[in-house]
Amino acid sequence: MTTTIQRKGRIRRDFKRNWNVYLIALPVVAFYIIFHYVPMAGIVIAFQKYIPSKGIFGSPFVGFENFRSFFNSMYCWRTISNTFILSLYDLAVGFPIPIVFALLLNEIRNKPYKRVVQTVTYMPFFISIVVVCGMITDAFKSSGPLSTIITSMGGPTGNLLGKPTMFRGIFVYTNLWQNMGSNSIILVATLTTIDPELYEAATLDGANRLQKAIHVTLPGIMSTIIILLILRIGSLMTVSFEKIILLYSPSTYSVSDVISTFVYRRGIENMEFGYSTAVGLFNSLCNFALLLMANAFSRHFSETSLF
Amino acid sequence: MYKRKFTVGTIFDIANHILMFILCLLCVLPVIHVINCSFSDPKELLQNNSILIRPLGFTTLGYSLIFKNNSILNGYVNTLIYLVTGTLLSTCLTIMGAFVLSRKNLYWGKLIMFLITFTMFFSGGLIPFYLVVNNLGLMDTRLAVILPTALNTFNLIIMRTAMNEIPAGLEESAMIDGASPFVIMTRIIVPLCKASIAVIVLFYGVGIWNSWFNASMFIRNRKLYPLQLVLKEILVSNDTSAVLNSSADQTGKSMDIYKPLVKYCTIVAATLPVLCFYPFVQKYFVTGMMIGSLKG
Repeated sequence: MTTTIQRKGRIRRDFKRNWNVYLIALPVVAFYIIFHYVPMAGIVIAFQKYIPSKGIFGSPFVGFENFRSFFNSMYCWRTISNTFILSLYDLAVGFPIPIVFALLLNEIRNKPYKRVVQTVTYMPFFISIVVVCGMITDAFKSSGPLSTIITSMGGPTGNLLGKPTMFRGIFVYTNLWQNMGSNSIILVATLTTIDPELYEAATLDGANRLQKAIHVTLPGIMSTIIILLILRIGSLMTVSFEKIILLYSPSTYSVSDVISTFVYRRGIENMEFGYSTAVGLFNSLCNFALLLMANAFSRHFSETSLF
Repeated sequence: MYKRKFTVGTIFDIANHILMFILCLLCVLPVIHVINCSFSDPKELLQNNSILIRPLGFTTLGYSLIFKNNSILNGYVNTLIYLVTGTLLSTCLTIMGAFVLSRKNLYWGKLIMFLITFTMFFSGGLIPFYLVVNNLGLMDTRLAVILPTALNTFNLIIMRTAMNEIPAGLEESAMIDGASPFVIMTRIIVPLCKASIAVIVLFYGVGIWNSWFNASMFIRNRKLYPLQLVLKEILVSNDTSAVLNSSADQTGKSMDIYKPLVKYCTIVAATLPVLCFYPFVQKYFVTGMMIGSLKG
């Protein structure tokens, strides 16, 4: 009891002395409360039959009804499996390749050439997602340049983006195209921090270049790789939601409709707020659980962790 | 033995150089294709189904069409407005937040840091966020584009890391001289963190330039559309009517053949400024990402 009173007194004194610090903090605190914590409190509408005119306080509670109706619907399995397949596919292609690329780039000793390669491969990252999706739609339309190539190699004809068999591949490999350079850049920068003495020592021990890459370079960037992997796994279920919205169409919903796009369609377009908040909450919770799991896993096995 | 190793190494080097060259080509080719298309003759363009390494014919007609057009110019102006005000606001907020968070004697500093980092990993989701912006009465205002995503936690952490590295002695001596926290922030901390501020200005700038989703949710009034949203209509929703109808000096049917040309020209007009600009600021992105990933 006394400690809390003392504490309150101390805070009041601190406030008096440093009121201008509190003033500087005010807009930032307000931002986090309004745009992060109020929406978090807004999660209650997941348990309501939310009626916009009545607001959060007037809408009737329905318990887990929204969740139940999602888990019982045909969309549940479809969106969950699509989310996992698409993001795991993206992870399997988009995670190791930039690492290999960074290692190969590291082997190039011609500094100017290395820099040119780095700058050029970084370029697609700076093209906006809308424009990239515009280019993708154009390249894969029927008789577009890339669909012509794919058709000539024995692939299907017509608008390939509208084909359920092609959607995932297009999504993942165009992601790779856009992000390979930027994803490798952290690694390339980390590579330069490896102590050159380690390489000299390895050379003295008779290691060849491949052995040096495996035993010196790779361990040198391992902790960065693990942190990047944790972050990727932690956002496994968010996939590139904006990109899917721009690329998908009803004809590919069977493979392209993920949880977040489903939430968007039901919530923003159909105004089923309670239901879509429930689905969104399920998504956030899964994501959070995955992050904690990945973190615990890596702390257990490699002593590297996010927190 | 020595000789064999040497040759294996050389073959690898040559193959590696060639591979890197091919990768560069793969990155650049789509962009070159689009640029070439934008200068091509619209009739030949309709029949084209390959990647262009040079324009088919030559015309700047597409560019004159889009630059005569109000919706694209309007989008450009709006994006510039969002870019300048948004980056300014975001950067100021980030500096203020980072300044407060980097104070060592901050009350509940750890708790506040936790609450802020927590928002990176868990959120209320799209719908509550949408409803909050809606209930604040921000719908269809410019503020709806700028305000809801004004502060980025990742950037805040980058900024705080930079400020933590400033020796505490500087601040203390200023305090003894009677400087207020505001003066300390603007006169001492900000000049010392110029490099990190440049990084977050760029992060915010590129983010605002590329963003379209919030605008598509919150803006109905076409006069407030940012460039990316205009582009989305033209490129993805395949709706060139905004561009082609307003220059209605020809019949609707003959305008149809300009559709692809107009698309390519809008892509180039919206992307080229960024592509010319990024090589000069690339190094700031690298440092920013390094700090961000290490402190995560």
